[in-house]
Amino acid sequence: MTEKFDAIVVGAGPSGNAAAYTMAKAGLKVLQIERGEYPGSKNVQGAILYADALEKIIPDFREDAPLERHIIEQRLWMLDDQSYMGTHYRSDKFNEERPNRYTIIRAQIDKWFSKKVKEAGALVICETTVTDLLKDAAGKVIGVRTDRENGDIFADVVVLCDGVNSLLAQRAGFRAELKPEHVALAVKEMHFLPRDVIDERFNVKGEEGVVIEIAGTVTSGMVGTAFIYTNGESLAVGIGCLVSDFKKTGETPYALLERFKNHPSIAPLLKGSEVKEYAAHLIPEGGYKAIPKVYGDGWMICGDAGQFVNALHREGSNMAMTTGRLAAETVMALKEAGKPMTDANLAAYRRSLEESFVIKDLKKYKDLPEFLHKNTQFFSDYPNLLSKAAETWFRVDGIDKKTKEGQMVRGFVKARGWRGLLGDAVKLARAWR
Amino acid sequence: MHIVVCIKQVPDSAQIRVHPVTNTIMRQGVPTIINPYDLFSLEEALRLRDAFGGKVTVLTMGPPMAEDSLRKALGIGADDAVLLTDRFFAGSDTLATSFALATAIQKIMETEPVDMVFAGKQTIDGDTAQVGPGICCRLGMQQLTYVQKVESVDPAKREIVVHRRSEGGVQVLKTSLPCMITMLEGTNQIRYGTMDDMFRAARADVRVWSAAAAGIEDMTRCGLRGSPTVVKKVFAPKARAQKARPVDGEGAEALAAAAIEAIFASQPKLESDLLKQSAGY
Ligand SMILES: Cc1cc2nc3c(=O)[nH]c(=O)nc-3n(C[C@H](O)[C@H](O)[C@H](O)COP(=O)(O)OP(=O)(O)OC[C@H]3O[C@@H](n4cnc5c(N)ncnc54)[C@H](O)[C@@H]3O)c2cc1C
Repeated sequence: MTEKFDAIVVGAGPSGNAAAYTMAKAGLKVLQIERGEYPGSKNVQGAILYADALEKIIPDFREDAPLERHIIEQRLWMLDDQSYMGTHYRSDKFNEERPNRYTIIRAQIDKWFSKKVKEAGALVICETTVTDLLKDAAGKVIGVRTDRENGDIFADVVVLCDGVNSLLAQRAGFRAELKPEHVALAVKEMHFLPRDVIDERFNVKGEEGVVIEIAGTVTSGMVGTAFIYTNGESLAVGIGCLVSDFKKTGETPYALLERFKNHPSIAPLLKGSEVKEYAAHLIPEGGYKAIPKVYGDGWMICGDAGQFVNALHREGSNMAMTTGRLAAETVMALKEAGKPMTDANLAAYRRSLEESFVIKDLKKYKDLPEFLHKNTQFFSDYPNLLSKAAETWFRVDGIDKKTKEGQMVRGFVKARGWRGLLGDAVKLARAWR
Repeated sequence: MHIVVCIKQVPDSAQIRVHPVTNTIMRQGVPTIINPYDLFSLEEALRLRDAFGGKVTVLTMGPPMAEDSLRKALGIGADDAVLLTDRFFAGSDTLATSFALATAIQKIMETEPVDMVFAGKQTIDGDTAQVGPGICCRLGMQQLTYVQKVESVDPAKREIVVHRRSEGGVQVLKTSLPCMITMLEGTNQIRYGTMDDMFRAARADVRVWSAAAAGIEDMTRCGLRGSPTVVKKVFAPKARAQKARPVDGEGAEALAAAAIEAIFASQPKLESDLLKQSAGY
């Protein structure tokens, strides 16, 4: 094929769509290639959409995007085997005109986004896999090879938005293979329930929704979290842990999810639901230190492929959209100035990432992945201790409060020691900073 | 040679859920696909085009989003696409559908003669197998259903020879063009279009026809009004209580024998039927 494009975007997830849309909207000649049958077909269902990142790309997205519910209540739960202990934050302020977070169904939102990409003028080709990057003699990326006959296509720049595995970046030597301790395996199910049942169980009405983020003994001491999100007529239920931990413990994600669903605090929320769509997906959780070089001669990397995920806050798609947009804006600025897509010129992309929340947030938590990996007591001892303490405190059994306090403190000291407790506090504060 | 292939966009039945209370089909979030049976017909049409030259036009009736399925067919290699879409078509049964499609094909014929019409053997969401023959009767074409092989086509003599699956055997039929064919499943494998096909598909202008544009004058023959079929009741079949039974045996031969024995034991009629069949009844 002799046709040449300004840019080729590989992948039609949030990062690829953001990049393709932004460039096409600016009048660039854009080709986007997605291996799935349609955009979203390969993507794990049910997730949180952070409005801000999308608003910066499509300001009036609320008008026609398929949104499920906006979040008015956030619950953080710590689970041991019998109990949960948690904080809830609910506010009517979240019932605002332009809500800040929504539950969405990925397959639907990706499809919607892709429609916008097409309307903006990009050429979108699905069911086609990019198998390799084409390079010239000097090593500059000049296009892509696809798995179709007559499938070499050329462009000034290739934007890799091909997700966590990014085999392309690996094969081209832009990135090392994923390390098991830098990637979580998450499994997810959709539980269908009538709308009014969800409203009642979660104490919401209309378009209001709830998010529950959960940590604790459900992950059997592995580094990981679980979640429940309320969609319109379904609940997204999932759990994920580091691949290295699964390897070490021999636990299976499926068994973990089963145990989670059967937890006495969780089961009543799911009761009577019809389960559909079991899906598994990787999440890059290596954080700041795992980010590879994300640009070079004729190429850039965005989204999960560049490890842009804030695991603690469960932010991925917003980072994907933001990195996609910033990559696109870099290309636009260079085009405008008539400059070539060289390594030196594309370095502007990295600089704009540094100035955004993306790198700032990931940098803030740069030590957290390693810290949690080495300190699994936060996923085993502490949930049990906190739960025991709460139980002691709330049970009225003729024992005086002073004695109870003593019991609670002794519980902690016995498990972790004074030194351990102090050390954990300092370490956690440091990693958090 | 000009071949029209009728396709239908259907919900992916592997992903459909039936509402536990109302027993209605829940379509929310269910992806759509080209009716799988149509793909065998599309592939056969493309092969004939490749062999004899000419073009393949895909035609569908459906909501505006059915355009996706036409584009998909273009990406597989079809040359041209027509979407019949109109609110008058809503609620069409097989009678109204075959009327609309046949009229549209006549409209196509006004500018380009049509030598063959292909349709899917049946759809996975209706399973009637009536639309293909319905179109055929209206157009007065030769009808070739359940075709498992197109043996030969003679464009000069305007003749075609096909193998047609029929109960208990295969008919080798020779007839004249134009004809209507529905292909049997598993008779060929749908191709993977080239990058050029994909580009063409992404950029193609799908012709969108309303009922009037397709030349339909009598709207009472369309949609709900033109559909005498009435759905009296919808129910979800209950899961069968029968459990899977393991069979014992050493090695593949013995296992197979044990499995067959178990099947015959539970289906006594099957054994005698098979014996009769192999004896040539
Ligand atoms: C269980 C789970 C829950 C999550 N929940 C949330 C959440 O609530 N909120 C949130 O913000 N984030 C969440 N995330 C993270 C979020 O899904 C990702 O960060 C986001 O999808 C990354 O977008 P992306 O475009 O970089 O990659 P992806 O969404 O993975 O898209 C990559 C695309 O590239 C395509 N592709 C790959 N290779 C090729 C190739 N060679 N040729 C052509 N196409 C190719 C793929 O088919 C895919 O469509 C969650 C992730 C998981 C696994």
